[in-house]
Amino acid sequence: MDKNQIQDFVAKRVAAELKDGDLVNLGIGLPTRVANFVADDINVTFQSENGFVGLGPAPDDSCIDMRIVTAGGTPSSILPGGMFFDSSTSFSIIRGGHLDMTVLGALQVDEKGNLANYMIPGKMVPGMGGAMDLVAGAKQVVIAMEHTQKGNPKILKEVNLPITGVGVVDLIVTEMGVMKVTEEGLVLTEINPEFTVEQVQEATEAKLIIADDLKEMV
Amino acid sequence: MSKVIEIQEAIDKIKDGDVIMVGGFLACGTPLKIIDALVESGKKDLTLICNDTSYVDRGVGKMVVAKQFKKIIASHVGTNRETGNQMNSGETEVVLVPQGTLAEQVRAGGSGLGGVLTRTGIGTLVQEGKQMVEIDGVEWILEKPLRADVALLYGTKVDKSGNIYYEGSTQNFNILMAAAADTVIVEAEEIVEVGELNPNIVRTPGIFVSYIVQGDVL
Repeated sequence: MDKNQIQDFVAKRVAAELKDGDLVNLGIGLPTRVANFVADDINVTFQSENGFVGLGPAPDDSCIDMRIVTAGGTPSSILPGGMFFDSSTSFSIIRGGHLDMTVLGALQVDEKGNLANYMIPGKMVPGMGGAMDLVAGAKQVVIAMEHTQKGNPKILKEVNLPITGVGVVDLIVTEMGVMKVTEEGLVLTEINPEFTVEQVQEATEAKLIIADDLKEMV
Repeated sequence: MSKVIEIQEAIDKIKDGDVIMVGGFLACGTPLKIIDALVESGKKDLTLICNDTSYVDRGVGKMVVAKQFKKIIASHVGTNRETGNQMNSGETEVVLVPQGTLAEQVRAGGSGLGGVLTRTGIGTLVQEGKQMVEIDGVEWILEKPLRADVALLYGTKVDKSGNIYYEGSTQNFNILMAAAADTVIVEAEEIVEVGELNPNIVRTPGIFVSYIVQGDVL
């Protein structure tokens, strides 16, 4: 799979976690693609932290309104039933436990569910934006990312970059498999049949617990 | 009494060394014309409170490039490489704040509150040096209120007494900042007579607004 196929494969699997009626916030990059794979028979509402629910698809060039943008700053649209609000209301939704799920990327994530995704000191310092609030408040935190960074594991025993949230991650989805964060550690529940369990473990620093009913990731 | 002033008069209200709040999210809902005039003015040693530092060629990002800030308080600076450069070189002090916390600090500053208690950032660098408060067995971070000398806001339609109506996702921090500064200047896409705005759609009460400047249509 090339990078584009990997991202779509991961996004599609994350979308399968969505339930009818869910209110969801998607991070920038790969997580944004999850919206493209929502099943036809369920109704999912997307929240945008810059201030609306009912985030719609990017508009045609002919009807771009620079007053309606995504949290990534790109032109957006609002769906029927949606509404705009200020940043305080937006984060009351996020922090106040009203979001069913947030899907975010990660620089590192570990077996205790710790997440690092906002800075590499001295090198890359984008800032946390809304990520710290999202992981503090969303009912379910899903990490959607490529399994490794240029071959180096991103799923570690313990993160060593500045932490975005302590013990906040529930589920990790990559092109190699699906991992659940549990009290015992990371449980591999699904595996991409293109890989063996050994290969997944090799690309993962944390020790994986293999689920008894390990399924194929589709 | 009309609050409408010329853009140069607005710039004259801002002094070197002032703390300024600027509305907007990646420049959507930012008073772009006032910011351009501020770049032109060469005002310096300012402190910026804004969600982000936008892009090098748009909104407050231009002021970062022009090195007009000695300190920046923001949730995200990743879209403007110049902010990162100045942060890493130590030229500009950059304080990264979770977006929801920043919103509530500004709201507290404008609402006569002594601070806010949040779980966002617990166990992260954000917690460092801050007072913790235990309530009924749960630990919270005390985040102090933020205020500014001058708030620079955007409005889609503004009546001459300062009542503001916002279109799309432009509300964001504007609504919160309106109450949190000694002087509040709003740049309007359209200025209308008192009585022309339906009171039901006004989001920022004119009582918060000191001055109005005519802006450009987005």
